[in-house]
Amino acid sequence: MRYLPLTEADRSTMLDVIGAPSVDALFSDVPSDLYLDGPIEGLPLHATEMAVEKHMRSLSKKNLAAADAAFFLGAGAYRHHVPATVDHLIQRGEFLTAYTPYQPEIAQGTLQMLFEFQTQVARLYGCEIANASMYDGSTACWEAVAMAARVTRKKRHVLSGALHPHYAEVVRTMAKFTEDEIAGAELSMTPRPDDDGLIARIDENTASVVVQYPDILGRIPDLRKITDATHAVGAKLIVVNTEPVALGALEAPGNLGADIVVGEGQSLGVGLQFGGPYLGLFAISDPKLTRQMPGRLCGETVDADGKRGFVLTLSTREQHIRREKATSNICTNSGLCALAFSIHMTLLGEKGLEGLAAENHRLACIAADRLAKVPGATVLNEHFFNEFTLMLEGDARQLVRDLAEDGILAGVSLARLFPDGDANGLLVAVTETTTLEDIETLACALEEKLS
Amino acid sequence: MSQINQSGWKPGTPMAAKDAGAHPTVTGNKALMLEEPLIFEIGDSDTYGVDLAETHTDLPSRMGDFARKSDIGLPGLSEPQTIRHYTRLSRQNYGIDLGLFPLGSCTMKHNPRLNEKVARMPGFLDVHPMQPIDTVQGALGVIDELAHWLIELTGMQSVAMSPKAGAHGELCGILCIRAALEARGDARKVVLVPESAHGTNPATAAFAGYTTEDIPANADGRVDLEALKARLGPDVAAVMITNPNTCGLFERDMKAISDAVHEAGGLVYCDGANFNAIMGRVRPGDLGVDAMHINLHKTFSTPHGGGGPGSGPVVLSEALAPFAPLPFVDKDADGNLHIVEEETVGEEHGSSFGRMTAFHGQMGMFTRALTYILSHGADGLRQAAGDAVLNANYVLRRLDDVLHAPFGASGPCMHEALFGDEGFAEGLSTLDLAKGLIDEGFHPMTMYFPLVVHGAMLIEPTETESKDGIDQFVMSMRSLAERAKEGDEALKTAPHHAPRARLDEAQAARKPRLVWTAQSE
Repeated sequence: MRYLPLTEADRSTMLDVIGAPSVDALFSDVPSDLYLDGPIEGLPLHATEMAVEKHMRSLSKKNLAAADAAFFLGAGAYRHHVPATVDHLIQRGEFLTAYTPYQPEIAQGTLQMLFEFQTQVARLYGCEIANASMYDGSTACWEAVAMAARVTRKKRHVLSGALHPHYAEVVRTMAKFTEDEIAGAELSMTPRPDDDGLIARIDENTASVVVQYPDILGRIPDLRKITDATHAVGAKLIVVNTEPVALGALEAPGNLGADIVVGEGQSLGVGLQFGGPYLGLFAISDPKLTRQMPGRLCGETVDADGKRGFVLTLSTREQHIRREKATSNICTNSGLCALAFSIHMTLLGEKGLEGLAAENHRLACIAADRLAKVPGATVLNEHFFNEFTLMLEGDARQLVRDLAEDGILAGVSLARLFPDGDANGLLVAVTETTTLEDIETLACALEEKLS
Repeated sequence: MSQINQSGWKPGTPMAAKDAGAHPTVTGNKALMLEEPLIFEIGDSDTYGVDLAETHTDLPSRMGDFARKSDIGLPGLSEPQTIRHYTRLSRQNYGIDLGLFPLGSCTMKHNPRLNEKVARMPGFLDVHPMQPIDTVQGALGVIDELAHWLIELTGMQSVAMSPKAGAHGELCGILCIRAALEARGDARKVVLVPESAHGTNPATAAFAGYTTEDIPANADGRVDLEALKARLGPDVAAVMITNPNTCGLFERDMKAISDAVHEAGGLVYCDGANFNAIMGRVRPGDLGVDAMHINLHKTFSTPHGGGGPGSGPVVLSEALAPFAPLPFVDKDADGNLHIVEEETVGEEHGSSFGRMTAFHGQMGMFTRALTYILSHGADGLRQAAGDAVLNANYVLRRLDDVLHAPFGASGPCMHEALFGDEGFAEGLSTLDLAKGLIDEGFHPMTMYFPLVVHGAMLIEPTETESKDGIDQFVMSMRSLAERAKEGDEALKTAPHHAPRARLDEAQAARKPRLVWTAQSE
């Protein structure tokens, strides 16, 4: 087998050194009636590289790749162009096949990258401190809620109805077990988010207020107003962002008063990948709360020769030291995705990110204007960045399925996200990968289907 | 054994002193070892390495008053500079591609590149998690096929695929247990965890609202069955057992432990971090396990990537299967695959405990793991476990005359060999030996874990090391063990040849500097 270097002669020599008659004999502690004498029946045996590749290719071909369709899906996962440089660099074996940098003398590559990543994320979010990443946006969102409960010693959390329903569901699931109270709300189908309705639910017992920016419908909440109301009762404002490219155009949540900013970083460098692995971003505005943060942190220090270097630090918060008293049970970060994000961000720089954001917004505006001309379709949003909600005269979910048969991936129907909600809403995302032809294709198809 | 290296050097030949006669370089570089500044020191906000859109728009902004008014402060680099920056950084890292990486309980095995090629096929890489299911039958097929393998290899009833990493999988398993107990109206409060367990075990149990208590171990490094039985009772929700355990031993009494726990009304969680040693040799389901996470990034060769992403599917027994989190993949009568999620959950899966993550789990890791599994097949996986155990036992027996092996008499080890620091000279520690190993060109073993052995050194060579490679490692370890016992002062300041000398971790924690600011200069 090509992954196993030992030869039969090696095995024999090694068994002699050990003093065992066979490899099977090394498993003598396994009860003999439960020990498997040979390969498990019914499963295929080893296969050549060529055969495996062929099998996997045949599976991959059963999927409709975004590049082969007119593609408009978003709702927390966005299709952006990833420069070839990113994928080349993350496949360097020294990055790809390294472990968590527990031996900093021979892990400065990963550590310096994480330090740069933390700084990029903190700046993008307008925050002071960012960690070395979490699993994804939804788990980062829950970790933020848990942190707010630790810091405020309260257990009531007010969730915006326009928070990504999967994120809200993760929070609700975890809260059941930690006995936190989740004050949720219905999604309001209005041109602007119902900020006042959210604010009305904040009370003295509130630990955190969780609001998505831009929200699940692509609308932009007034964070300043929500900040004031949140801070008035001593609660923490958690802002969730699922599209980091938006922050090349919109004001950073940290600059608008957010205490904790979390989000999904997948848009930059990572790719769609059917939902994972993705990249959870986590940042805070007040450095005094650093020791209450979850997840790994990389910090600057010096070595014995006085040279600058980096190490994982403040690990007394973490499970391998604190065990049952840890701030989180998280053990990994999303290292390679953080690297991809950081490289992409370095290629963009400030000017590139602004340009990318502007191009996304420009195309989204063109799409919104064109789709609004489709009889039976209206754009809900007063404001948006690169995603907006189209209200259709008809069942959007069925429409999405029908259009997929014609090679058009029209968006995410609201009914898929909110089973009890409005069946006529369609979330449409537009990025720099969307062409004017794609927009025209979708518009014409909708005209045909809605007529 | 490798008696010679690239330079023609043979063991025992004196080496030239470091840097003898060398002039310090003005750059601080040392030939191929290039020092690299931070992007904030070499980039600026006007520089970029991408194509900017050359389009102009007269359309008014739809962002209202929310448009950004201040600078972000993101430095950019040109494409060539970017390549150099990260290439130089990468060369300061040790990886499996470079050499033996014997981190115990981490299973740093070879990462096949076919996995990477497959994961980048457009049908896997460029697919959105919320596309209509008719357009993602291949993705669901990967999940279904991998799930089938995991179920068969473990002898369990079902598998929850969405957990994002090992600790997330542990949480999934413990939440299934709590949901199952609550469903039968049985609010138990205690989870028993051995002292030798990974820190994630007690952290997970605490997170799920349980108090944890230690399970005592016996002198041979295994769970003390009688003591465990004595502690079981109506307040014990579950035991969390790592098998093979973190001392590198198979828990001989696992079946009896499971039976006793079940009899007392509790459930058995198995930490599957060390599944590599037993795949195809024994099935956890046959040992009475109710839930076990599988680290795809350990056992099934998906890359560790400098600390993630991981992937932690959880296999479940019949008792726990109904409580698995959403979403999951199911097959209808016609063999068509669909996703069971909030929209489609219905009565049938009404007891699911909820959702752990936004989408379907680590698809990119599923494709890699399935590719690896299909390459090995049922025979190859069984062989891999055998070679992993053979390599570890070889290391154990080649070193147990120079290093203290606390459980060396407890029978064969599984995938990892455990040593302690007994016999080291005053002032020399496991850390010193580990840093010496860096100079010898190896990544150190897991240190100071498990906690039950003083100065623990946990060595997991994995099955993808050649005998020559292991022999060279053994030679280095024997030399270092002698030096540690003799009190070699030079070990205290090792490594001497790495990109950095020992780093001041105390300073990093005392005055945390976690983001770059101009003052850091």
